[in-house]
Amino acid sequence: MKVLILKNSLRTLVWAIYAALAFGLLWGIVALVRMNGPIFFIQAIIDGLRLGFMYALIALGYTMVYGIVRLINFAHGDVFMVGAFTSFYAITRYNWSFVPAILLAMLICTVLNVVIERVAYKPLRNAPRIASLITAIGVSFFLEYFTALSFVFGPDFITYRRPFPVEVWNVGGILITNITVIIVGITLALLLSLQYIIRRTKIGKAMRATALDKSAARLMGINVDGVISFTFALGAALAGAGGVLYAIAFPQILTFMGIMPGLKAFVAAVLGGIGSIPGAFVGSLLMGTTDVLVVSFMPMGSRLRDLIAFLILILVFLIKPTGIFGEPQAEKV
Amino acid sequence: MPLLQVEDLHVAYGAIRAIQGISFHIEAGEIVTLIGANGAGKSTTLRTVSGLLRPMQGDVLYQGRSITRTSPERIVKMGISQVPEGRLIFSSLTVLENLEMGAYTRKDKNEIRDTMKQVFTSFPRLEERRTQLGGTLSGGEQQMLAMGRGLMSRPRLLLLDEPSMGLAPILVDEIFEIIKTINAQGTSILLVEQNAAMALSVADRAYVLETGRTVLEGDAKELLHNPEVREAYLG
Ligand SMILES: Nc1ncnc2c1ncn2[C@@H]1O[C@H](COP(=O)(O)OP(=O)(O)OP(=O)(O)O)[C@@H](O)[C@H]1O
Ligand SMILES: [Mg+2]
Repeated sequence: MKVLILKNSLRTLVWAIYAALAFGLLWGIVALVRMNGPIFFIQAIIDGLRLGFMYALIALGYTMVYGIVRLINFAHGDVFMVGAFTSFYAITRYNWSFVPAILLAMLICTVLNVVIERVAYKPLRNAPRIASLITAIGVSFFLEYFTALSFVFGPDFITYRRPFPVEVWNVGGILITNITVIIVGITLALLLSLQYIIRRTKIGKAMRATALDKSAARLMGINVDGVISFTFALGAALAGAGGVLYAIAFPQILTFMGIMPGLKAFVAAVLGGIGSIPGAFVGSLLMGTTDVLVVSFMPMGSRLRDLIAFLILILVFLIKPTGIFGEPQAEKV
Repeated sequence: MPLLQVEDLHVAYGAIRAIQGISFHIEAGEIVTLIGANGAGKSTTLRTVSGLLRPMQGDVLYQGRSITRTSPERIVKMGISQVPEGRLIFSSLTVLENLEMGAYTRKDKNEIRDTMKQVFTSFPRLEERRTQLGGTLSGGEQQMLAMGRGLMSRPRLLLLDEPSMGLAPILVDEIFEIIKTINAQGTSILLVEQNAAMALSVADRAYVLETGRTVLEGDAKELLHNPEVREAYLG
């Protein structure tokens, strides 16, 4: 009885927090629009969604890998960085154009992530989960510091040369660049392909089956190790493309550039419900928009943006650990 | 040469010795049943035959070849399919997708479609519900889906782990009728059951397991009338 009352009042509290957040958000938006005019606000939303699309390309890899091996692959943000650098060398050194460069980045990242899985995670698959988590953090540091060596990518910021000239269009006061169009276009195309692979192809169905029950999948004759490799490969291809697009949008690259976007994408995946693909997408759009809104409108916003992101993470863990789309899942043995 | 021969099998989960000396064989075309109390080691035996577990000692021969080091995928390809205890339906895959997963090791799309037609003939209810998610089926329908899925690889040997678990008596009868039909169409069957009376009535031969060992074997109909068996398993 007591437990029930406690549960009910907790639920009321949670709803009160939701209501307060919704109200605060609404009030904030109204205030912002009145202060700065709607154009400025719409511009921020567009830039935010654009950033969110790039986060989504990372977050999907986190969520798919988690769905199948229950591992947060913390090296995922660094795979994204390798994507950016690969395209940098292809474009600057070898004068490749945009499409081959992004395809090469996706390929290299795919190979890298599959190797990481084989070498670092597969041997620990039956070990306690904390072991693979710590290993993931180790792999992440390794990639960041190894590539920072002067004979690899080097320790400094490098200016990224865009593979095409920037064009800006003024649509009723809102500025839209061809970069935004390309980011949104490529991300949508990749998301649709991903959706097709997961829903319609044999390997995609095997991925979903394996995520649900590995022993049952084995009994069907599904090569579970192969499916796991494939999942890491898919996630890495998306992250690689994301790295290229991110470098084009923010043309300064560094071997540590994957850390923050990686963490933001992780927050986005948790916010959407870790393991859920639509969740990763929606969570990323929310995360990107929040990022830009904070920077554009909050006093000291550029210093607060990361703080706010982790505040969101903590709030999600406190209020609804399963996120927006996550099902309340019983821990599987 | 028997279709399947299990010789002096010992299997452990870490330090827990689950089975310690199980031997039996199945001839092509037979229905053989393993009966025994909870924890006797029936499911462990099936998991070992399917290649999910590696034995510490003993051997599993399929068509004369040892398969204890063979991967589960290969074993399915070689013609052994298991319908596991608790069904293990893929809950967020549709009925159709669950069946497709059963045919995972097969390539020819037309042949797969033919097998699916046969499965739908045996289980018409699955055809009606083919776009429904596996997790939303009733217990009986899930059992049918699990069996249909197991047949999709066109096995020569079908391992059934407690197909009657949790089903109403009418459904149990229906499931056992279907088992007989599957067998009559040429699939050999290894049936694990708690419902010993039912299992013995459809099987050709039977083995009784007790705490990880085979303790009794014989003609199923004879065991049905064996006083020891009646006392212990037929209440
Ligand atoms: N994953 C596991 N880890 C440790 N021990 C296990 C595991 N699975 C089974 N066992 C043990 O192995 C023994 C045999 O179990 P098994 O599941 O094979 O029995 P069973 O005959 O199928 O029983 P039931 O009729 O209840 O299904 C039991 O003592 C059980 O506790
Ligand atoms: Mg069992």
